[in-house]
Amino acid sequence: MAAITIEGVSKRFGTAMALEQLDLTVADGEFVALLGPSGCGKTTLLRIIAGLETRSSGRVLIGDRDVSDLPPAERGLAMVFQNYAVFPHLTVFENVAFGLRMQKRDEETVQRQVKRAADLLQIVPYLERYPAKLSGGQRQRVAVARALAVEPAVLLMDEPLSNLDALLRLEMRAELKSVLKEAGTTTLYVTHDQTEAMGLADRIALMHKGVIEQIDTPTLIYSRPSSTFVGGFVGSPPMNFLNMTATGGMLACEGLSMRLAHEGPVMVGFRGEDVNLVAASEGLAFEVKVIEPMGSHQLLTGLVKGERVRVVASPQEVIARGMTLGLQFDAARVVVMDPQTGKAL
Amino acid sequence: MTKPAGSSFKGWLYGSGVMVLCVWVLLPIGLIGLGAFGGRPAVYQWPKTLMPASLSLDQLAVFLKIEGVWNAALNSVLAASMTMIMALLLGAPAGYALARFSFPGATLFRLMILLTRAFPLAILALPLTVLFIRAGLYDTAFGVSLVHTALALPFAAMITASLFAGIPRELEEAAWVFGCTRWQAFVKVVLPLALPGMAAAAIFAFVISWNEVFAASVLTVQQRTLTAYLLTVLSESPLHYRFAGGFILIVPSVVFIFAVRRYLFALWGVTSR
Repeated sequence: MAAITIEGVSKRFGTAMALEQLDLTVADGEFVALLGPSGCGKTTLLRIIAGLETRSSGRVLIGDRDVSDLPPAERGLAMVFQNYAVFPHLTVFENVAFGLRMQKRDEETVQRQVKRAADLLQIVPYLERYPAKLSGGQRQRVAVARALAVEPAVLLMDEPLSNLDALLRLEMRAELKSVLKEAGTTTLYVTHDQTEAMGLADRIALMHKGVIEQIDTPTLIYSRPSSTFVGGFVGSPPMNFLNMTATGGMLACEGLSMRLAHEGPVMVGFRGEDVNLVAASEGLAFEVKVIEPMGSHQLLTGLVKGERVRVVASPQEVIARGMTLGLQFDAARVVVMDPQTGKAL
Repeated sequence: MTKPAGSSFKGWLYGSGVMVLCVWVLLPIGLIGLGAFGGRPAVYQWPKTLMPASLSLDQLAVFLKIEGVWNAALNSVLAASMTMIMALLLGAPAGYALARFSFPGATLFRLMILLTRAFPLAILALPLTVLFIRAGLYDTAFGVSLVHTALALPFAAMITASLFAGIPRELEEAAWVFGCTRWQAFVKVVLPLALPGMAAAAIFAFVISWNEVFAASVLTVQQRTLTAYLLTVLSESPLHYRFAGGFILIVPSVVFIFAVRRYLFALWGVTSR
């Protein structure tokens, strides 16, 4: 077990900056998800940590060891690849045992560790088969078992669930969480799927254009985004933003009144489920344009002062298209952003 | 290829094209076989029949007793084996580099590999002979195999390049992460997966050497390869003995090529895996 420390890592591809002076610490035994849209540099960062990609500057530490210039083999980590990369010419047993054999462990240890990893991932019945005879989900399990069998200090995962179908993904997600919690391995997990990141991670590092926008627990990332990008990327529906003006140390409108040490125009962000729907006269006027019944809730899309807003209502509520409702805000659940920089105030 | 519609012109063209190609390849082989097993009557008989009137192995037996045939065959096997080994030892690393690394001039390099086939051997024959005599390589199986390696190398490099390109890079990366050096990853992961195709490339190189007659004739006097030897000896023999010799020459190549056809298709990007 060991922590991962990344200090000022940059990566240039020609003139394009893929990563800019990036710092990140993953504590011992922690599960951190690197979340971001495609092309944000999350996979590049993971490959730099694994030693599969060179960095332009900065340092990578695993535990107290500077591994920046070591080949992948000497970094003491394991990795699960997006397309599994299970060796087709070896049986499942030999696949899982691969890392241990490379470490020249004695036969007894190999047998024991493989058995344990196979038990954990429930692949014991397939140990003598070749990967060609396995389904995608089973190969995925083999790839994870291979990584866990070496009892790595650090586990890196590159979108390991993205090639599975939706139902299997849900199943593997829950299983992966319990398996990794049990193993207590320090894990860095790359994904572009926010539900995966929210469900699995202790902390989420949200990346955008080669920098980490915010790193926090899933709850805080969701409820207290540090920028309009984070608020707009995380959550379905994404966070709503309204342009308002703060005067005299107060931010006030119908349905909202809060203290604010900032003067001038601001952006007010709120989640669709964080507002109370009241009569039009008691809150900020919201004109309903579209109603989508989702089963567990209704998703309302409408206009507030000409700006588009999405609001979640309970399924019992009787709402018709064209109605005007009032929105009442909870000052504690509202985030205020600078409209110029997009950063939280 | 999609299933040709029987009635359409395209289907008819496709079908007749296949027919022409089959006749083009099979007819000479059939005639050689007829002459080799049917003896003198089958050679001069007209019209030809599908099977000779009397089958006999006499021609083949007589042919195999010709003085020097076995020595020439041994030289052929020696030259072909050395060609096979050298073509693969030199060609596979080139193929790996082409498949895995994007280096400046990769496209040019690919082109240059094929361009080595653009020089007619006839132009090179005289300077090569002089060079080989000076270097003491003249009239040796090794000397012949050097020239044959030059002929087989482009194919070895291109076949192995497409082989290696077909093996996902992630497999190698996984091997590195789990404790392999570059070389270990190649030996433990890439090589086992490429082995069947490598064998095909090797056999193809063998066949190129086995069939080659011009360089072998020019560069040897005593230590002739089978093709070169037959060219001199059989030019004076009766027709049915020539057919017997020809038959023995083509059988190994046809069998080998048939065995590895699947991998040779990969050279043209038609993969069946």
